[in-house]
Amino acid sequence: MSASQGLREWLLAEEPTSRRQARWASWYKGWLTLRSNTLAMLGLFVLAFLILAAIFAPLLATHDPFAQDLGQRLLAPGENGHLFGTDSLGRDIYSRLLYGARISIYIVALVVMVAPVVGLIVGTVSGYAGGWIDVVLMRVTDIFLAFPRLILALAFVAALGAGIENAVLAISLTAWPPYARIARAETLTIRNSDFIHAIKLQGAGPFRIVTRHIWPLCISSLVIRVTLDMAGIILTAAGLGFLGLGAQPPSPEWGAMISEGRKYILDYWWVATIPGIAIFAISLAFNLLGDGMRDVLDPKEDHS
Amino acid sequence: MADTTHGEGRRASSFPPWLKKTLATLATVAATILGLLFVTFMIGRVMPIDPVLAVIGERATQAQYNQTFRDLGLDKPLLTQFWIYVTDVLRGDLGESIRTGQKVTTDIARVFPATLELATLGTLFGVVLGVPLGVIAAVRRGSWIDQLARFVGLIGYSMPIFWLGLVGLLIFYGILGWVAGPGRLGIFYQGIVEPITGMLLIDSALRGEWAVFRSAFSHIILPASLLGYYSLAYISRMTRSFMLEQLGSEYVITARVKGLSEWQVVWGHAFRNIRIQLITVIALAYANLLEGSVLTEIIFAWPGLGQYITTSLLANDMNSVLGGTIVIGTIFVAINIFSDLLYRFFDPRSK
Repeated sequence: MSASQGLREWLLAEEPTSRRQARWASWYKGWLTLRSNTLAMLGLFVLAFLILAAIFAPLLATHDPFAQDLGQRLLAPGENGHLFGTDSLGRDIYSRLLYGARISIYIVALVVMVAPVVGLIVGTVSGYAGGWIDVVLMRVTDIFLAFPRLILALAFVAALGAGIENAVLAISLTAWPPYARIARAETLTIRNSDFIHAIKLQGAGPFRIVTRHIWPLCISSLVIRVTLDMAGIILTAAGLGFLGLGAQPPSPEWGAMISEGRKYILDYWWVATIPGIAIFAISLAFNLLGDGMRDVLDPKEDHS
Repeated sequence: MADTTHGEGRRASSFPPWLKKTLATLATVAATILGLLFVTFMIGRVMPIDPVLAVIGERATQAQYNQTFRDLGLDKPLLTQFWIYVTDVLRGDLGESIRTGQKVTTDIARVFPATLELATLGTLFGVVLGVPLGVIAAVRRGSWIDQLARFVGLIGYSMPIFWLGLVGLLIFYGILGWVAGPGRLGIFYQGIVEPITGMLLIDSALRGEWAVFRSAFSHIILPASLLGYYSLAYISRMTRSFMLEQLGSEYVITARVKGLSEWQVVWGHAFRNIRIQLITVIALAYANLLEGSVLTEIIFAWPGLGQYITTSLLANDMNSVLGGTIVIGTIFVAINIFSDLLYRFFDPRSK
């Protein structure tokens, strides 16, 4: 009790005595603001719940997600111990949902590792170098920005072949330009500030300045954008899955599950409806959390 | 490419500024469309399907294979192939569809009006409801209507459109029976109306076939309102933030101090200043609906461009897929440039 009290005081000290303390304090204050936002906390809670569900899927699942049992097909929710019923091949929808959460999180993690990183590199290089490099990189960015995202992702997947990794690649290829724009705008405002000049006088080269001093300052606006984009990424991935271009059967990807249940929608509504609720929940959670984080990290704009 | 830009730069001094800007815009359009074509060209090259086999089939002889290989220009260097591709597309030749056996442009001209009709009605829905909702949400900030606008937006940004379509079908068609099911027209009304524009609502009204009109309307209303919901979410959110910006500025305070009515302040002053921004947003929403209709068309068996692209995709008919991508991409670029120009000409601040 007294230890946590001490930690709190250390975090909220008026005058931090070390760089580490200042950094932790700013994180802690951000967390306090975020915690006061009920909806953002709800989003965080839902996400934590989904991640836990994905991790512990083998323990939580009541059935094998791939086991077919044609005698038990299209059972209504609650019947014979199937919490959310069964699909057209008699597979337990609840267990498939749990394993499907793994796929969604996997897709999101892969896209997050590619698109913002590419955008960050292109944007900062473009903003810091200026001149013809800036013109060329921004023109390329504009070209990609002017493309219809879903259609382009469709065409990419069609060319590369259906599958999760190709879907991720297609989504990333169409998702990076906004990040490049943001990173460039941030770089332009930072580039001429005094502290950059000071570092330059100390002899730092462009590579060091961009990676050590500009990147860290771009992160917060990128993180907000990524969180807000996450819903769009999930919806696009689910859309590709629905069209049969993402994860392939018998994989329990949520979009593909909706597609399988589509034929039975008028008679057996739960088969297609329940995975949709899962997609909706995870997208909504990301949107709520993203809104809350924007209020914390970007207090300049008023979005209430 | 590089030469022309240099040439423009040197002679620029003798051009009036508006002409220079227009030329710069045209160069941007050209570069963007060239980039789009480059991407579709590369997609066509990296795909694992042999384009020759796709044309002649599996059982052709080696001689036939070689002949077609040369006919398709595949023996030429990649850059030459790209040049041929670009000139073909610019002449309006998108190749032939393997699936339908017709020119891709003919196919697209046939299916596009259906998509256009759906997207237009959807956008109309979004504008008519979204703009007032956004304005009122900004004026009555923090009230229940503001919360409602926020809620509408959140749902719109989080709900998979194809799922909402299915649930809509289940409720309004399956359970309530208020609207017609998938498809564009009831089976008894097919082929009665000779197409004029290809848009059934307009054609049937022009020809006075009101029974057909009613059937078409009951088919389109559900997918159009679902699409409209998505543009409503976007338009109301943007309208709200534009209005908030205006309402916080000093001229609005002056107008209030002068004693103008709230109605005049809001609609006469603040709203007048966001009109151009709004048109830009509406144009973008429209472009998004053209694209967003892909998944909706699948759900509602709507015979439009989205369904054409997806069906072709599953049949490995790459000419049609890439042709559709080029058409939608070009419309996207055109709408972007259009809203950009609009901004430049009508907003005195950008001059």
